[in-house]
Amino acid sequence: MAEKRAKKFMQGNEACVEGALYAGCRFYGGYPITPSTEVAEHMSVRLPKLGGKFIQTEDEIAAISVIVGASLAGMKTLTATSGPGFSLKQEGIGYACMAEVPCVIINVMRGGPSTGYPTGPGQSDVMQAKWGTHGDHPVIALTPAYVPEILAETVRAFNLAEKYRTPVMVLYDEIVGHMREAVTIPMPGELEVIDRVKPTCPPEEYLPYDEKYEVPPLAAFGEGYRFHVTGLNHKADGFPTNDPCVIEEGIKRLLRKVENNKSDILKNDEFELDNAEVVVFAIGSTARSARFAVRACRERGIKAGLLRPLTLWPFPEEAVRKTAKKAKAIIVPELSLGQMIYEVERCAPGVKTVGINRVDGEPIKPAQIIEAIEKFK
Amino acid sequence: MPESATAEKKTKLSVPFDYDKYLRKNKLPHIWCPGCGHGIVLKALLRAIDKAAIDKNDVCMVSGIGCSSRTPGYVDFNTLHTLHGRALSYATGVKFAKPKMKMIVVTGDGDALAIGGNHFIHTCRRNIDMTILVYSNAIYGMTGGQFSPTTPGGAMSTTSRYGNIEPVFDCCELAKSAGASFVARATSYHVQELERTIYEAIKHKGTSVVEILDQCPIYFGRQNKYKSASHMMEMIEKDGTVPVAQAGKLPPEKLQGKLLRGILHRVEKPEYCEEYAKLVEKAQAK
Repeated sequence: MAEKRAKKFMQGNEACVEGALYAGCRFYGGYPITPSTEVAEHMSVRLPKLGGKFIQTEDEIAAISVIVGASLAGMKTLTATSGPGFSLKQEGIGYACMAEVPCVIINVMRGGPSTGYPTGPGQSDVMQAKWGTHGDHPVIALTPAYVPEILAETVRAFNLAEKYRTPVMVLYDEIVGHMREAVTIPMPGELEVIDRVKPTCPPEEYLPYDEKYEVPPLAAFGEGYRFHVTGLNHKADGFPTNDPCVIEEGIKRLLRKVENNKSDILKNDEFELDNAEVVVFAIGSTARSARFAVRACRERGIKAGLLRPLTLWPFPEEAVRKTAKKAKAIIVPELSLGQMIYEVERCAPGVKTVGINRVDGEPIKPAQIIEAIEKFK
Repeated sequence: MPESATAEKKTKLSVPFDYDKYLRKNKLPHIWCPGCGHGIVLKALLRAIDKAAIDKNDVCMVSGIGCSSRTPGYVDFNTLHTLHGRALSYATGVKFAKPKMKMIVVTGDGDALAIGGNHFIHTCRRNIDMTILVYSNAIYGMTGGQFSPTTPGGAMSTTSRYGNIEPVFDCCELAKSAGASFVARATSYHVQELERTIYEAIKHKGTSVVEILDQCPIYFGRQNKYKSASHMMEMIEKDGTVPVAQAGKLPPEKLQGKLLRGILHRVEKPEYCEEYAKLVEKAQAK
């Protein structure tokens, strides 16, 4: 007889922990920061019981650094932060991109700029997620909107990190992070769990950045492959180089890993989109309001629809383009003064785009979105 | 001298130390300037590792950014060249994830004590098992000679053209106060002592810090009227230090302005990874 799946009423941040543990994460490094602290608190209870490692570091920078170090020792690793902490982690995120070290960074988004509004929601880190660290680099960022979805998307974040040897970010706002909903814990094997590919060649032949692979296998420290890792531009063997061709090809390969695999990485939730004339493009708590608004408008006979990306980076360009062909207008509600809207405009030239923006620490309500949709009926 | 002792001495002399065993020879020549002390420290470090008989697969050498931080690229271990100031955090990640690893962190005075100061303090406080070698040459060499937290008062640098007004950080006092269980100072002048000190640091369980005074003749020496690398070594490392064992016997005036060298502090203290293992047992028993 199949075991009964546990069903629990839990907070978004706790669901994140459940997802990470399900994915095989056994190392957490983090620094307390509202509104992500519950991730650290739950990890500090759960990991020791599983024989995993929990460390509360002296600062945000140390947190991203320890998880990259631990990942190089072969573990699946997580850190969680918010606003100012996410800013502090940017250099380390760039290192993980450059050195191709899998790890997952949770950013429970709050109001900014600066210390801003720690207990209020925000969605103004989406461009920081994309461009926050310097240099050209690949970015994968996932944007769950429901508590059970945080669990599933955290598992997917680990899978993508392992598969593409790159840091993956999960962005959800304070509302979803602190909201409580019923979550069914999946049984082992129910969700796919991917582990990084390790080298099988003799150590003396191992090239940690072998350009013959799109994603080269990654050895762990202490297992006989004595390889070198650096944040400098490097050759296939991992050692620094000043060769212009090698530098450029190395950076291009980093981007290709994500660009060539968009069909695997992208994921959208489409609601009433088929014949939609007014489309709402939204993430996180805002998408929840948008779904309510679309349903209400449909009941009134307005052809409204919702395009909700679960992968925000790389940007769902094709999905927006496809939607734009039939739409009169695209409405982009955001808990910022407008960030995603520029991406939507880029992919939907000629289509009217309307932003709904709030930065007062309050959520965007369905009524605001309904009002915007109704202008195009 | 008895015959056997003479024979032993001869054997030792006729078999020079095989550095090749530990070097990635195809990554040489190194980037260090003529007269730089980093090569002397590297050789002492390799001899100490060899004496400690640790499997190369179990050694993980981590560094930050700077001249000394290029060391890991030249040695045949698991090597990790990280961000400026962050070496200790990356090393903590590797060690905590895989406690069997023998961690050696190579860092400079700017890397460890300025931009990485917070990580330095807290690594010492945790007393996590790793050896931290602070190559202290009192200057930022890689960026061309700016003053660092160990640059003496009055010294010239490209950012203290009227003389440095900042007081000096005492790396060893800092490490001891922060909780490191082994603290020593050595120099690139006293080579055998350096090797012995690094060996003792590696054998020690817990955070071991060795501040190594070495010379940057190009960016510190030239700006501060030192004639040569050897002149710097004699003035700063030889005449500027006193062995800790002799310090008690010397009158205060002889100690004026001198730094003590040798093992300055060595105690047994709970080590972080071992304490964590106990925590795991406790959590699992519940």
